[in-house]
Formats: sequence, C-alpha cells, structure tokens
Amino acid sequence: MADLDKPLLSVRDLAVEFQQPGGSVRALESISIDLRPGRVLGVVGESGCGKSVTARAILRILDRNGSITAGKVTLDPATATPTDLTALGAQSPEMREVRGGRIGLIFQEPMAALSMQYTVGNQLMEAIRVHRDPGKAVARQRAINLLREVGIPRPESRVDAYPFQLSGGLRQRVGIALALAAEPDILIADEPTTALDVTTQAQILALLRRLQTDKKIALMLITHDMGVIAQMADDVAVMYLGRIIEYAPVGEVFGAPRHPYTRSLLRSVPSMLAKPRSRLATIGGAVPQPNARPKGCPFHPRCPDMIVGRCDTIAPAPVPPGSVGASCFLVEDAAA
Amino acid sequence: MSGSLADERLAEAGQLRLTWWRFKRHKLAVISLFIVILFYTIAIFADFLATADPHATDARRSYMPPQGIHLFDENGFNPHVYGLKGQRDMKTFKMVYVPDPSRKLQVEFFVKGYEYDLFGFIPTTRHLFGVVGGTPVDGVFLLGTDQLGRDLYSRLVVATRISLSIGLASVTISLILGVLLGGLSGLYGGIIDTIIQRVIEVIRSIPTIPLWMGVAAALPNTWTVIQVYFAITLIISLIGWTELARVVRGRFLALREEDFVIAAELAGAGQMRIMLRHMLPSFTSHIIAAVSLALPAMIISETSLSFLGLGLRPPAISWGILLQDAQNVQVLAGAPWLLLAAVPVVLVILAFNFLGDGLRDAADPYG
Amino acid sequence: MLMYIARRLALAVVTCVAISVLTFIIIRLPPGDFVDAYIANLASTGSNITADQAQAMRVEYGLDRPVYIQYTLWISRVVGGDFGVSMMWRRPVTEVIGDRLWLTMIVSLSALFLTWIIALPIGIYSAVRQYSIGDYFFTMVGFIGLAIPNFLLALILMYLGFRYLGLSVGGLFSAEYAQAPWSFAKAWDLFKHIPLPACVLALAGTAHQIRIMRANLLDELRKPYVITARAKGIPERRVIMKYPVRAALNPFASSIAYVFPYLVSGSIIVSLVLGLPTVGPLLLQALVAQDMFLAGTIVLLLGVMTVVGTLISDLLLMWIEPRLRLTGHS
Repeated sequence: MADLDKPLLSVRDLAVEFQQPGGSVRALESISIDLRPGRVLGVVGESGCGKSVTARAILRILDRNGSITAGKVTLDPATATPTDLTALGAQSPEMREVRGGRIGLIFQEPMAALSMQYTVGNQLMEAIRVHRDPGKAVARQRAINLLREVGIPRPESRVDAYPFQLSGGLRQRVGIALALAAEPDILIADEPTTALDVTTQAQILALLRRLQTDKKIALMLITHDMGVIAQMADDVAVMYLGRIIEYAPVGEVFGAPRHPYTRSLLRSVPSMLAKPRSRLATIGGAVPQPNARPKGCPFHPRCPDMIVGRCDTIAPAPVPPGSVGASCFLVEDAAA
Repeated sequence: MSGSLADERLAEAGQLRLTWWRFKRHKLAVISLFIVILFYTIAIFADFLATADPHATDARRSYMPPQGIHLFDENGFNPHVYGLKGQRDMKTFKMVYVPDPSRKLQVEFFVKGYEYDLFGFIPTTRHLFGVVGGTPVDGVFLLGTDQLGRDLYSRLVVATRISLSIGLASVTISLILGVLLGGLSGLYGGIIDTIIQRVIEVIRSIPTIPLWMGVAAALPNTWTVIQVYFAITLIISLIGWTELARVVRGRFLALREEDFVIAAELAGAGQMRIMLRHMLPSFTSHIIAAVSLALPAMIISETSLSFLGLGLRPPAISWGILLQDAQNVQVLAGAPWLLLAAVPVVLVILAFNFLGDGLRDAADPYG
Repeated sequence: MLMYIARRLALAVVTCVAISVLTFIIIRLPPGDFVDAYIANLASTGSNITADQAQAMRVEYGLDRPVYIQYTLWISRVVGGDFGVSMMWRRPVTEVIGDRLWLTMIVSLSALFLTWIIALPIGIYSAVRQYSIGDYFFTMVGFIGLAIPNFLLALILMYLGFRYLGLSVGGLFSAEYAQAPWSFAKAWDLFKHIPLPACVLALAGTAHQIRIMRANLLDELRKPYVITARAKGIPERRVIMKYPVRAALNPFASSIAYVFPYLVSGSIIVSLVLGLPTVGPLLLQALVAQDMFLAGTIVLLLGVMTVVGTLISDLLLMWIEPRLRLTGHS
C-alpha cells in the first residue's frame, strides 16, 4: 500500500490557455496541488474560477481550443516511475490508460453526464472493459457489483435500465460507479452534489466519504459550497480567477482564514450560529470576465483591504507548491 | 468610474443592440446584408436603372447576345456600344442583325428613355445610363435579348421588384400567422397548443408544391396581374408560416419560465400586455433571423411557380417568368445568356441564408 | 410505446383526411363544375352533348347535391379505388397514371437515400472538425447547394450536357425501354438513369441535412456525457461515434420526415425540366387543362404516399430511440 503521506498526483505551476476569437485567454495560472491517498482535497471557488478546467487539464480532456502552456502534472511523483501527464499525447494509449484506470471523474449533473442512448450496464461495462477486458459476462457481473457497492437497490434489474428511468440520486450513484469502474486510486469529483436536493446530497457525500476511506482513494472534491468543504475536506485550495489564492488544512481555512477572499467566502455562508436577522454578507462586485483580468492581484477590485498602488499594480506570488499559505501582500507583510 | 459607466451602457443597450454588436463580427453576414440592401435598392430604382422598356418587343433584335460597353476607342475614354445592322444570312436567307463596329453609339448618363413613375408617383423619362441617338432597334444589350427582342438586363432589373416584394409580402403574412399561432400555442399551452401543433405537423407532412400548384392553377385566367400577384403572395405565405410558428412557440415556452415574465405576472400585468411588452421584444432578434431564413424559401416558391407557368403571368416580370423562357434546352443552346436570370436568384438566396445565419448566431450565441 | 404508435397512426389518418379535403377543394376550385369543363373540353374537339345528357352526368356524380355530400360520394368512390375518368385522356385516371406514381416514389426515395449517405459523414466531419478548412469548404458548398433551386440545377445540367457532351441527360429510360414492358433489363436501365435526377433532387436537402447534423452534433459534443466518456479512457473516435453521433442521429432521423415531402415536391418540378416520366409533367398538364380528376388524384396519391413514408420514418425513429420506445415521448 502506498505511503499515506506521499502524494499520488502532484500538479506544479500548471497554466492553461484557451484560444478565442478575441485572442488567447489564460484560464489557469501557477496551479500547484497534491493529491494524497486516503485524503480529500477540497477545491473551492465561485463559478468560472477554473475549478473544472483544472480537473480537465489533469485528465488532458480540455476542449480543442484549450492547451496546457506551462507546468507539470506528475503521477506517482514519489515512486521510482513518475509519469508527467503533460508530456503524454492527449490521445496516447498511456494517457487513455490513466483516464478511468488511474483517475476517475465524477460529474456535476447526473442527468447530462450519462448518455440517454445506452443502458446503465452498457456504459458501465464499457468503462470496465476498456482497460482490462475480463469478458462480457464477468464485466456484467462486475457492473452489478459496482451498482450494489454504490448503494443502488436491485442492481440486477437496474443494470438494464436506461439513465432516464432512474431518479437524480440514483443517477449520481451510477456516475460514481462509472468513475470507480476501472478501480482508479484517484477520484476527481466535479461538484458531485450541486444538482441534487439536500437529502440526496448528504447521502451522496456519505457514500463518497465511505468509498474514499475504504479504498484509500485520493479524492479531489470540487465545489462552490463551503459547507461541503467543511464536511468532507482534509485540505482546501481556494481558487479565484484561475489561481489558487489560499492553500491550507481545512481547520485553518475555517479557523484562521488568511486571504481576504476566503474570509468573504466564509461570511457569505448562512450559519446557525449567526445573529438572528443579521444580513448575510455578499461579496461586492462580480467575478471579472477571464479576458478582462484585472492588473495586479486579481481580487483587488473587490477586496476590502486593497492597498492602492500595490495590489492593483503587481500580483502577489503564488502559494509555494507543497506548502500552506495565501497569495496576498497582507499575508506576506504579516509574515515578514 | 468609466468601467461602471460602460457596464451601464451595456445594460441599457438592450437585446437588439447587443445582437447588432455580435452580428457585426460575422463578416460574411455583413457583406450579405449589403447585398440584400443593394438588391432592394435596385428594386426601388428598377426603372431608373433599366436601359430599355422591359416590355418593348422588336423581332429584329431577337436573341441578341450580350453586348459589352466599349470604354475606350482611338480617342481615349469614350464609352460606346455598336449599332446594329441587318444582313442576310447566306445559308438561310433570313435577315439577321449583328453589331456594326462602324457605327458607334455614345453611352451617356441620365439619358432620356421610356416614361415611368419614379417611386410610383413621379413621372419621368430619365434613366441612369443609355445610348443616345441610333435607330429604334439599337440599344445597350448588356445581357442580350430574349426571343421577342426584349432587353434581358432591363427585364432582370425590373423583375427584381416583383420577385423581392412578393417574398417580403409573403413573409409578412407568414410572420403574422406564425407569431399569432406560435404565440397562442406557446403562451397558453394545453389543448390549444396540442391542436396547433397537430395542424402544423399535418401541414408539414404534405408535399406542398403539388397542392399549391393545384391552387395556383385554379386562379381564373381573367384575373389581372395585381390580383394574381396577391393570390400568389397568399399561397406562398401559407407555405412558410409553420417554421416561423415553431420558432415563436419555442421561444415563448422558454420565456414563460423566465423570471422577468413571472415577475410581470405577479405584478398583475395582463396576458396580452406580457406578451407584447415583455416577451415579444426579448426575441425580436430571433424573429428577424427566422424571417431572414424564411425569405429564400418564399423567393424560391415564387420562382418555381412562375417557372412552371402557374405563378405570375406575363406581362408581369419576375425572375421565375424570365427563367420560364430558358426552359427549353434547344433555346438555351442558342441563347445561353437567358440562364443569367438565375444569377440574381442564387445571389439573393445565398445572401439571405448567410444573413439569417449570422443573425441567428448573433441573437442566440449559445443556442 | 403502443400509445406512441397509436398517436402516429391517428395523425397519419388525420393528415390523409386533410389532404383529401384539400384535394377536393382543388378539384372544385375552377369556376363551374366538372361537367361544364367536360362540355368545354368536348366542344374544343368538335363534339357536343345535350343539356339532358349534361344533367344526367351531374346527377350521376352528385353535382346537384350539397358540397359535403359530393365530398362523401367522391371519397367513398376513391377509397373503393375508382378515381374517376381523365377528361384529357378519356381514360380512367389510374390507367393514365400507371407506373408514373411508382417512378416518382423511386426517384424521391433514391434522393432520400443519397441525402442520408452524403449528409451524415459530412455533417459529422464538419462538427468534429469545426472551423477547419474542410468544414468551411462544406459549409460553403452547403450554402450554395441551398441557394440553387433544384429546377435551376437541373436546367444548368441539361444545358451543360447538351452543349458540351452533346447528349440529352434527361429521362429515366433509354429510348428502347421507354415503352417496353417491365423486365430485368428495363429495371437495370432505370437504375442507370436514376443517379442524375436523384443528385439534382438531393442537393438542397443534403445541404440542409448537413447543417442539421452539424448543428446537432455540435450541441451534443458540448454535453457532459461526452466528457464522461472521454474520462473513461475510450479512444476519441469511439467516444464520438458511440455517444454524441448516436444522440445527434435522432433529430437527424426525425427531420427526414420533413425532407421526404420536400423531395416529393421537388421531384415534380425537376421531372418537368429533366423530362422524367413521373407524375410531375402529368400533373402540370392536367392542371393547365383543368383535368381536375387527374390532377386531384395525383395530389391525393402523392400526399398519401408521403404520409406513409413519414409514418415509416417515425416508427424507425421509435425503434432507435430508447426513450421514445420506453416512455412514449422524448
């Protein structure tokens, strides 16, 4: 079994750009994260901050107009045979082996993430057989077992159902089964509960938690919900406009947030402990368009503690890879 | 604070202006818009642009090939065409008329020609260009002549008027029908929607051309050009409204769930008011796009019907009627320029298709 | 599923009734009734009938009765296979039409088949390689295809064939087979003549279908299930062919139902230009001569055959679309 402290996957200074009619748009910049077996990395941020792009860049399934322009994505960095995924061809057999085989992806909308044209069993068996084909009959039995494992009642009949015949919660369980089909040791869950109602949400999170602990999976959990982070994550990466602006253990993020943006995020979460009838804080302004990225620190136009002449001219250094901290002059100054 | 001002301007710009900004990025669509405008301008000034009376026949210049304007001669710039002279064909002993290089006819601007009413009410005889002097048989035959010796260029220019206006008139009727029925369908849903949808399905699964051929053929021979024109307009518009109704219904269904419509409903606005004040404006651009895409079908319908001899009838001049002369291969082999009447048809349809496509992309960049 | 089939069948029946009513209206449209037309037709050839005979004919065809009874009389005769007599040919309408109806269908179906096999791969290519040179090329060709009315294309091809190859490109049969009874050789001759009219007819529809396939597939390619499939590690080609292409096939297949009536319509005009022995030229002659039983019958039969074609395509769609098959709606 892998050493629990050695990362299974480490991303270093990853940058992604998209080619658009108006020129290229930088979607990710200096992204560095580590995924460790049995641990959950929560990636949090508002929509459009690059959370999903990170997931797709790791799997090398960016849209045709997107490309990785810098950085490394290393699989098994602590072993004798590390693989830099950015060096592989996106369509190479090695990379396809990684997809599904080493890294599973769970999707946001269970309705849209499954094809309505094929049965659950068909889609599951395909995922099983594409990596190590055990034959049709065995694959079918595995598919049924997988469905049972993710808590789907009557899996023997559900395996022949079409996704549109299942409820949202069941569909998301199928989505999880699909990601687990080829027994990956890394899972990326992109907003797995956003489209579900609260009760189902809790069940799905509990399922993810159970699977992740049992199988010592390294889970990257992408969400915009600080509540989900609090419940699930061991470490947290807070993203804003394609950068990680704070990286810390979950306790520190909630107990002693470093970055002004993290603080605003926390203030905007409804809390049982808040004073009755107090207004829920909102973050002023909106996330700027990626192609209209502000100069200097990307958060400065909305930052309550902005230092004129500094935050709006140069960008603070990113959080050093593998360490805890925030990308903010206030934090740098306090440390100095 | 210039940033927030710009934001406000963006917010105030409204759906139509945003659409226009996006539209301007489609080069081909913008070019097509100019072509469409050009064609409608030609239609408005058709008689002014014509060089000869499109109805004037002269057997002596039957099937004259196109004749270029010679811009220069030995004296430098001197636009002219050659006059015609009659000579006997030694094989058939028939009199044929051929250009006579010894007789130059000046091409001038703003010459006097046949009488017409500019914009339909200003009587004048001025034309953009033409020849001065010469015998009655002479003329500028830019695109040649037909069997009866009528100038194809002038007929083509004048035909623009009917072919384009009939498309526009039909699309207007189609639009009214489409918006009304599509709107009813999308707004009320339920049984009304079901009935209208079934009617549309029925209409769409009928091969229309034979049906409309039947209706068109039944128009009495005694009807005047104007009466036939309106009847054909009506027939054509009945072909095209289903697609427009489908678009409108789709938009209504999508919009019914939108917050601002629900807000208006909660504020107690009446159904009609909601439809006219809130919903229609928000998809004007979709409608414009759909109309632009529906127009080509209308123009093709008119052209096809007239080509078959079931649409407009001579002396009316439309592209379809001009193409009717080109129906016979033997005739075409002798006078291939008659096929030139196809050029504006293809050009206009192409332009409307590009335009509609650009408009649709601009109206709905994500759909 | 049964509900769906029942609904489709009911709709087909309603459509046929609507077509029959429209046909009846067309038959009735020309001023005067058909006996007037008959008399006029006879007079033009020099013979005459008496007022009594005319009155007898009116009674026989129920022309002295209210319109709806006339319709009922007419439709019950039609259902019984009696389509009346062509005035122009003085023979039963069915005899005059003969093989022409089938030839119309063969030409239209060939065009439909051609539309499918051309539009499908090009549509897929254009969507998957969006904004590539090939995509621009096909988009351009598609636009031009849409812009050329098919009778015009037929005209241009006829002219080019005549002018540069010195041959007549029209017709469905070589001269020696035109009047010959059906045989294997005649069928083969027909098969050799079909491609040209089918291509002419298919052009605009193909252009349209390419655009539909391209747009649908572009929509589908953006959907999350494609990413799910990619994330499984399936080769890209299989990802695209198994998932988005499969999903885009459904609207593509259902649009065929609208393409078919359009092709039948188009075949009428194209047949005229290319001189094909389909019902097209016959319909035009009948309309011009106001031989309304002949014209009406052609319109009616074309309509009904189109409806049947559409019905078949609907049932095919149900067969390939699991959601439609299992829930009755998609």
